[in-house]
Amino acid sequence: MRRRLPLNLTLGLSLVGLVLVAAVVSFVWLPHDPNRLDFAAQFSGPSAANWFGTDHFGRDLFSRVLVGARATLYVGVIAVGIALSLGSLVGALAGWFGGWIDELLMRLVDVLYAFPALLMALLLAAVYHPGTLTAMTAIGLATVPIFARLTRASVLSLRERDYVEAGRALGATDARLLRAHVLPGALSPIVVQASLSLAVAVLAEAALSFLGLGTPPDVPSWGNMLREAQGSMVISPWAALAPGLAILVTVLGWSLLGDGLRDVLDPTTRG
Amino acid sequence: MTRYLARRALTALVSVWLASVVVFGAVLAVPGDPAALILGMNAAPEALAAMRTQLGLDVPPPERYVRWLGGVLIGDLGESLQYQRPVARLVWDRLGVSVPLAVGAALLATLLAVPVGIFTALRRGSLWDPLVVLASQLGAAIPSFWLALLLILAFAVQLGWLPSGGFPGWDVSVVGSLRALLLPLLALALGQAAVMVRLTRAAMLDVLAQDFVRTARAKGLSPLKVVGKHALRNALVTLVTVFGLALTNVFIGSIVIEQVFSLPGLGRLALTAIGNRDYPLLQGVILLYASTIVLLSFLVDVSYGWLDPRIRYA
Repeated sequence: MRRRLPLNLTLGLSLVGLVLVAAVVSFVWLPHDPNRLDFAAQFSGPSAANWFGTDHFGRDLFSRVLVGARATLYVGVIAVGIALSLGSLVGALAGWFGGWIDELLMRLVDVLYAFPALLMALLLAAVYHPGTLTAMTAIGLATVPIFARLTRASVLSLRERDYVEAGRALGATDARLLRAHVLPGALSPIVVQASLSLAVAVLAEAALSFLGLGTPPDVPSWGNMLREAQGSMVISPWAALAPGLAILVTVLGWSLLGDGLRDVLDPTTRG
Repeated sequence: MTRYLARRALTALVSVWLASVVVFGAVLAVPGDPAALILGMNAAPEALAAMRTQLGLDVPPPERYVRWLGGVLIGDLGESLQYQRPVARLVWDRLGVSVPLAVGAALLATLLAVPVGIFTALRRGSLWDPLVVLASQLGAAIPSFWLALLLILAFAVQLGWLPSGGFPGWDVSVVGSLRALLLPLLALALGQAAVMVRLTRAAMLDVLAQDFVRTARAKGLSPLKVVGKHALRNALVTLVTVFGLALTNVFIGSIVIEQVFSLPGLGRLALTAIGNRDYPLLQGVILLYASTIVLLSFLVDVSYGWLDPRIRYA
């Protein structure tokens, strides 16, 4: 009998899939040039020509939302990629070697706890130029502690298992034991966390772009669009509606996907 | 308990110290000459030299750090380049907006989330349960600054009940200041409450499945007593964490919300400091944010030990 996928997994996959399709489609087809100014069409509501309406420069909001999906996925995936690789490496080393290495690494990770993404971005924006790279780095670094703690906990419990002991008795090196026997066992909580962290990263990227510390103003991103929409909200609320909904759908998608993956990979925690 | 407290306090102090190294080191890492960045390319050499002295750049970095840290320890965060006033004074003035905003939002979120979380845990399996879970998923996914825009649209633009931004100041009008904080508070609290509902529900479900709750029920205690006296007390550890987490989240989240509502708080101070490359001001504000986060997590851990003796001996 075929096992049915949990509802949250199906829903999460669909929503994330929708955003992915939007990003891919934006490379091959757009109803309008997202940067073309058309002052005759300023502030129009949804219509057959402009599905989501137009903004204060008369630019087509639907095309801009489609292009905005790229920045969201790009920044989110790279930021979580940084956090996952750095965090899992640090966590694995700390858990495997224990002792002073563990203490030292985890104290350093603790410092990152004091700098959530927004704060880290403020610091990096002051030092370097605010932009996509600083936003990605800030979100990535701020997410390192979660992956480090998660991996450390898994490695701590896995390193005492019999099959790891057996590998050690056979003369396997630390690197081989970690790579072949311990890390694969720690993988499923990391995958779940990656999806949940992507939800947080999308929110953080949007907030940073909204503040002018993320994606540059000339590139359409959902946070940028909301910042621009705020000034003209009284005349036309449409410009504030579409990008906000797009962020909502993406965040909801990643978090449902994370929950769904957890239900599938670790049924004991099903709520 | 004393040993537990001392050990936890020590790690918190180490974290704050390391945070100060990060904040100080970040400005050291500024590429090029910070004085030239602040004054522009065409600044006179004398002005550049004066700026370097003001920034302490004529002193080697380790010595500069020790001087700066010494100042921080006695509450002297240096002088703002833009405002020409002590950073500590500027920060202190802005706390009158940021602290009520963060504490108010965390309290409101808790007051909304805890009863709903407990209620849905008790009604597990009923129609309410999936509805509330779904609503909380949705609520947690709404960006707070978007919610803020929607609230402005509804309550300021359409209905005209509340101001869309600005802050009169507590000394000018207490009622006006409270009104100015109401929408920002809601924008911060609603999303946070959505996250907290799920955590509270999970904590309650966990406790309700324990043997002592079954025993209490079997003894014939009223449902109110079972929940109020036995379950809630044991779920308290989680609820304290949830509140601490909420306070940290809304404190950081207020950086964006202050910008949306043009509130003169710490977050906007930090953003103007970036725009003007006012390094002393930025260092002061960011160190304050980071230390507050460490302090909050310390307080949460300490209250754990106080609420649940098993933790402090672990």
